Amino acid sequence: MQSDTKTKAGTAVGFVLILVWCLLPVAWIISLSFKGAAETAAGSPQFLPKDPTLDNYKTVLGVGNLSSGDAPDPAVSDDFLRALLNSFGIALVATLLSVVFATLAAYAIARLEFRGKRLVLSIALAIAMFPVVSLVGPLFDMWRTFHLFNTWPGLIIPYMTFTLPLAIWTLTAFFREIPWEMEQAAQVDGATSWQAFRKVIVPLAAPGVFTAAILTFFFAWNEFVLAISLTSTTGSRTVPAQLSFFVGPDPFNPPYGQLATASVVVTVPIIVIVLLFQRKIVAGLTSGAVKG
Amino acid sequence: MSATAVPTGKTTARTSDRAAGENRLGLKLVAPAVVVMLIVTAWPMIQALYLSLFQYRLTAPDEKEFVGLANYASVLGDSLFWQDTFNTLLIMVVTVAVELVIGFVFAMVMHRVIFARGVIRTAILIPYGIITVVSAFAWQFTFSLSNGWVNSWFAWLPGISSDTNWFGDHWPAMFAIMVSEIWKTTPFMSLLLLAGLSQVSEDMIEAAKVDGATWWQRLWKVILPNMRAAIMVAVLFRALDAFRIFDNIFVMTRGAQDTESSSFLTYRQVIEQFQLGLGSALSVLLFLSVLLLAFSIVKLFRVDLAQARGEG
Repeated sequence: MQSDTKTKAGTAVGFVLILVWCLLPVAWIISLSFKGAAETAAGSPQFLPKDPTLDNYKTVLGVGNLSSGDAPDPAVSDDFLRALLNSFGIALVATLLSVVFATLAAYAIARLEFRGKRLVLSIALAIAMFPVVSLVGPLFDMWRTFHLFNTWPGLIIPYMTFTLPLAIWTLTAFFREIPWEMEQAAQVDGATSWQAFRKVIVPLAAPGVFTAAILTFFFAWNEFVLAISLTSTTGSRTVPAQLSFFVGPDPFNPPYGQLATASVVVTVPIIVIVLLFQRKIVAGLTSGAVKG
Repeated sequence: MSATAVPTGKTTARTSDRAAGENRLGLKLVAPAVVVMLIVTAWPMIQALYLSLFQYRLTAPDEKEFVGLANYASVLGDSLFWQDTFNTLLIMVVTVAVELVIGFVFAMVMHRVIFARGVIRTAILIPYGIITVVSAFAWQFTFSLSNGWVNSWFAWLPGISSDTNWFGDHWPAMFAIMVSEIWKTTPFMSLLLLAGLSQVSEDMIEAAKVDGATWWQRLWKVILPNMRAAIMVAVLFRALDAFRIFDNIFVMTRGAQDTESSSFLTYRQVIEQFQLGLGSALSVLLFLSVLLLAFSIVKLFRVDLAQARGEG
């Protein structure tokens, strides 16, 4: 009995510590986003803002007037909103294409007997471990030759490459759980392999496909190395790249508040996705790597 | 469906025609994925191998000149390369070791918690989903001399005062970088460990308890050995991921105070210095290091790769 109480107390303490550890940095950038430029320039090491202001949000999103009466700098919001559009566009297209290709491949791996199956899985494993930076030089060169440098497809193609392994694993694991008798029943009823795939399996596999899509989206939304190497203007620069290059007018006094605000804005979609689909994300992350 | 259906789906009596058709369909279905995976990796790596044999600057493309292995010689003879390799390995070893411990504690708590499971899952997934650059900024501002709260909160610790400049010296800067890396990637580790933990049979733990094993003994003799495979896969993935560390260093120090990593050095040579020949040599070396590292971890810890590949 005593050890049970101890375990329970330990779990409760652990629970609180985990929440604090995971959420404190998020709370910190939220707090920082409400600190005015004057406050951070003077140095403000206390956690909460002394004089909360919406100025940073007005500047970053390009709306309204600042509390000091000036209009927000339009260059800041133009660049940020353009980067946000690039990030969404590139991540969504890469996710869509990657998941379609991975679905086809995972179906074949989970269901069909064909030569080279092990080779495909080995390639996927190798790609998952590939040092992305190694590609920066040759890709930089190749993309300039093919006029893909500083374009959306120039990022979408490598994002597909590096998300395919995770998508293939996740989907293969999901596809193995599907009741295959239904496919056989369809085939007995005269459907071809392809028809059985399209009409019976796709609806059953939809939840798995959706999970793979979330994980793929997270990767593309987060990617940084290629985003700074294969783009040169705001025309195709994504949010992580834009944030890292944004130093403001005074390099010795970075715009803490604006950077924190932009960080909060790009974290909101992640928090929404996590809140809605946490169960699916956990299932997807663990299914690929550990058999269950 | 009907109880007579064969669950494995492997029909033994299959005409060779049907098998050939299945083989063709299989290849057709995996082809697009394989092509996309190789087009951006295999071909550029061959390109890098070729370019690494030349003295080639993008700013002076006409002076491209074959130099054999000279680029490799100058890289391997440079102390900066070794300093960066050491930094990278150190970050890898420390972060993976710390994450293994914290991640296991996370997994234990998540496994035991019976209330508010959704809350803890959400909390853990936020660092996982957050952009690494954002994590780097959050921690950079946390450790910032003028605007960070670390100095005021932890001034009671020896060595920390209100004017501790975390990014002014090698070790404190490395520490800050590692904290950000650990914060961002522990969730991934803990979820893999949680999956392993849930596979350990409760009966076995209960039996050990009845036999009088202490909590510590149960942990080391029953729980950990039974989730070995999950631990090894988690270590393999996280170690290789940590070895490629780039984003945190780029944002937090830009490599100042000798905090540069191998990935950062390669990036800097290619994109900032336009040294495509030398940079390609670094790319090839980085690729070989990852290969060697993956091979060593798999051999050293006898990781079950079939499991890592998702083959049941």
